[in-house]
Parts: sequence; C-alpha cells; structure tokens
Amino acid sequence: MTTTATTAPTAPAYRVGTTPARRWPLARHSLALARRALVKTRRNPGELADAVILPVVFLVLFVYLFGGAVAGSTQEYLQYLFPGILVLTTVLTGQVATGLSIVQDMKRGVFDRFRSMPVPRAAMLLGSVLADAVHYVIALAVLFGVGYALGFRVETGLLPALAACGLAIVLGFSLCWLTVLVAVLLRDEIMVSTVGFLLPFPLVFGTGLAAPVETMPGWLQAWAGVNPVSRAIEASQGLLLGGPVAGPVTATLLWSAAFLAVFGTAAVVAYRRVV
Amino acid sequence: MSAAFEAEGLVKRFGATTALDGVDLRAERGTVLGVLGPNGAGKTTAIRVLATLLRPDAGRAAVDGVDVCRDPVAVRRRIGLTGQYATVDEDLTGAENLVLFGRLLDLPTPEARARAARLLDRFGLADAGARRASTYSGGMRRRLDLAASLVGSPSVLFLDEPTTGLDPGRREDLWQTIRSLADDGTTVLLTTQYLEEADALADEITVIDDGRVIAHDTPAGLKQQVGGQTVVVRPRDPAQVGTAAGVVARATGQDVAPPRGGAVTASVDDERAFAAVVRGLEDADVAVTELALRLPGLDEVFFALTDGQRTAPREEP
Repeated sequence: MTTTATTAPTAPAYRVGTTPARRWPLARHSLALARRALVKTRRNPGELADAVILPVVFLVLFVYLFGGAVAGSTQEYLQYLFPGILVLTTVLTGQVATGLSIVQDMKRGVFDRFRSMPVPRAAMLLGSVLADAVHYVIALAVLFGVGYALGFRVETGLLPALAACGLAIVLGFSLCWLTVLVAVLLRDEIMVSTVGFLLPFPLVFGTGLAAPVETMPGWLQAWAGVNPVSRAIEASQGLLLGGPVAGPVTATLLWSAAFLAVFGTAAVVAYRRVV
Repeated sequence: MSAAFEAEGLVKRFGATTALDGVDLRAERGTVLGVLGPNGAGKTTAIRVLATLLRPDAGRAAVDGVDVCRDPVAVRRRIGLTGQYATVDEDLTGAENLVLFGRLLDLPTPEARARAARLLDRFGLADAGARRASTYSGGMRRRLDLAASLVGSPSVLFLDEPTTGLDPGRREDLWQTIRSLADDGTTVLLTTQYLEEADALADEITVIDDGRVIAHDTPAGLKQQVGGQTVVVRPRDPAQVGTAAGVVARATGQDVAPPRGGAVTASVDDERAFAAVVRGLEDADVAVTELALRLPGLDEVFFALTDGQRTAPREEP
C-alpha cells in the first residue's frame, strides 16, 4: 500500500481524462445499438418469425382462397396480389416487433446503463428501428422465395424489383415511427402489440391490395383514394409488373418523408420526456 | 480539495410521495461515501439524480463540478453506475456487453476490446467472457455489472446496494474489489442497508431515512453515536424476554429496544457492560440460546439516531 500513499496526491491520468467525445455520435451510437439488436435477433430467431411468416400466410391464404373468385385463376391473382403483399410486409408485420423491442428495452436494467452513458436519446430509438429495417430485408427475401415457388414472376427487371423493395422498406421505416411513438407513450407490451397490429390494418387493407378499388363501396373508395399506402401499392405494382411509376413513387417518397418528420420527431420528443 | 460529487437540498417527489426531502451528499475525491438507510429511504432516488437519470424538483447536484441538470452529457462521461438489478444485456456475452459499452463511451473499437478483455480478467470472468450473460450465476452477474460500470474509467462510481443477494463469501470479494477501486483514486458512492458494510468500506457515512439525512459522520463517529456495539440476548424460554430486557437495561444503563423475534437488543458503550449482562442473566436465572456482541443492525441504528422514535425501518413500496 506504500505505492498508493506516494501516488495519491496526483491522481492516475486515466481517470482525470474523461472519455473524449467523437464526431457523429448519433450515427455511431445508432449503429452500435442496431448491431446489438441484430445480435439479439440472431440469438433469438423466433422473434423474427412473425415478421417473416405473416406476409407469406397472407399471400398463400389470399391466393388460394380468393384467387379463383376475384381474378378467375389463382395464377393471375398471384401476379396481382404479390406487389401489395410486398408493401404489407414492411408496413404491417414489422410494426409489432418494433414497438415491443422498444417497450422491453425500456423495462430492462440495461436501459438505465445506456441512459447513464453519453448516448444521444434518439440513438436508442434509431438503433432499434435500423435493426428492424434489416428484418424487413430478410422478410422480403423470404417472401420473394415463396412467391417465386408459387409461380410469381417479375415482369419488369431486376433493378425495378429492387427499387420496389427499397421503396417498401423506406415506407415501413418511416411509418414505424408511429408505432415507436405509441410504444414510448403506452410502455406496455400487450397494449403495444394490440395497437401495433391493428393500427396498420386500415392503411394496408383500405387499398387495392386484394381487390380492385372500383369494386368497393364509395366511402372505402374515398379512403383508398387518399390512403398513402394505396400509392405505395400502385408504385409496387408499377415497378414489378409495369405501368405508371413516377407519380406513385414520388407520392410514396413524399408521404414517407412526412411520416418520418412528424412521427419521428414526436417519438424522439416523447422519449426524451419519459427518460 | 474540491468535492468529487456534491448534492445540496435535493428534493424529488413522485406524485404524493416525497422520495427526497432536502438531501445533502458530498464526497472528496478518492473517498468512499456510504449511504445507509432502509428500503424506501430515498437512496436509489438520490443515486438516480446524481447519475442524471432523474431531474430533481429542487436543489442542485454536481459531479466533478459539472451540474447534473445543466450538462448531463458531460456528467455521463465521468460516472459509472451499477444498479440494484443487473444492468447488462442478458442476450449478449460478457465480452460483447463490455465492448458495446466501450463503443457507446466513444472508445475506438480496438481500445474497447482491449478494455473489455482487461476487465473480464480483473473480475475473474475471462473464461466466461464468450458466454451469454444469461448463463451467469448471481455473483458473476454482479461482477460483470461492476466491470461494465468501469469501462469508461469513471472518476465517480455509483453503486446501488452492490452486495444485495450475494452470499457472504462473494460479498467479501466484492468489498475487496471496491476497496481496490478507491485505492486507485475512484470516488465511490455506495448505498447499503447494513452498517457493517458501510463500516467496512466507507470513509464517511450518511444515514438517510424518509428522504432526509438524519446523520453524517465517519464510521467511528457514527458507531459512537449509536452506542458502539449491540448486545443480543435470546432467552431459551420466550416468556422470559421481559426479565431479560430488565437485566439488560440495568446492566447497560441504556434504553432497550422492544424485543423482536424473542430477542432483546441494546447498545453497549464498553465491553464491561457485556460482562454485567452475563452476570445479571445468571443471577436472574435466565437460560439463553443466543448471547452476542455485534455491530448494530439498521433497526438499532435508527433506534439510537431517532431517540427511540423509530424502532424499525418501515417497509415502503
């Protein structure tokens, strides 16, 4: 203990120099936390099951149940339905998982540690959502695999098909901030799974996803007319099957930017207030 | 010398409950402050304010001279926190946890890895570093937790009841670790429900109850205040508790806390009083199953500090 006595007046250098700040804290911390979320997914792949299986279930169910009635043949219906299910994959099924992972994190002990570290609050949300975007990619890959096995064929080309996937991911990424906001405000797993599951329903099904809009009652046609997800499905149909693209794609991107700005900001503000 | 951390007049209310009602805390650099109090006294709330997890309703707090409300991010670069419950990610391995915390503290990845390896080694977790934290035993989790709060080489370390739930052997190990941290110059705030623990580790002890500081002293001074040691007498025949209490009161000249669980306890200023208790029990023909001299427990501390108004800490949610 003699060494302690001699060195006591001048404290060890390492603890006087506090950890220095580096540039781009939001980006670096978000990526670090997204990596953490993905490691957790790899260890618990079951958590991905919903996001991956549900779109496939919808696809198979709709094609074989309604295909004959709506389009005359299941094959023709598959071509019609697939672009819409592509959008459904990111807009509907990722939402519950996004909300749940945020609520669960907020209740865990490790959350206190994150909060006691120089981590931007927004990075804690963004990290989680970025990891979900990777989940979307996996879910879309599985959907394409099943679609091709059933006989779906892209009628345009590889690049437009990738663009359709990219557009769906952008929309899902923007819209999921609404679920994030709900999760931050409610902070309850059951409430969040219910809301996260039901909230996208009118958005996804009040569209030409499963049947032409012209066959719907007037009020539903009116809703489908203003529904941003309708534009995204039109864009997806255009990109995968051919047809008008520029208008619906632009509309989808603008809506996405609006969702991100409004819900993203609101979620981060609410989160800062809570924590 | 300036304080490593300092809190003045902290007030924090949760709805109708006042968790902190004007608490002052202070520690010089490189010292250990023990905060002693029962459940619900406000210990955890005080730590959470100092660690920037809660904003106080009134009062001020600073770490290294940096105000926790005005510049929380700068405070977060200087502190380490270990909560009452494991604050690590159970799905990650021990090493992954420490590397992640290093990256979140803005360490370059190679440095984060090197520090993780050093800390795992120091805490005897080198072999378990590649295993998920969920497979760790309680003691290993505590050690990983403590390691996690040291990744940033903090100048101030907050430990909220670090030994709760540890078996006695593990507790001694953790005490040793905390002592070595203080020897290295880290300032430690440690909350505990045991005078014995505060006595073993702290340079100064602040006793809080019901959101207020009721005593602040060195361990020696506090033991003096509460009567140094406690004599415990447990008659074989529970019906003789009253007789035993009378004997203890006469022998020690002290107030005797109301008997609890069939045992009589009283503080004794010097060890000769203990001999008087033994003789008194013999004369009164009281057979005992337990007769001991020990450091006061929390309830006796409170009995002494509140002049007998409180005999036992209340349990609060």
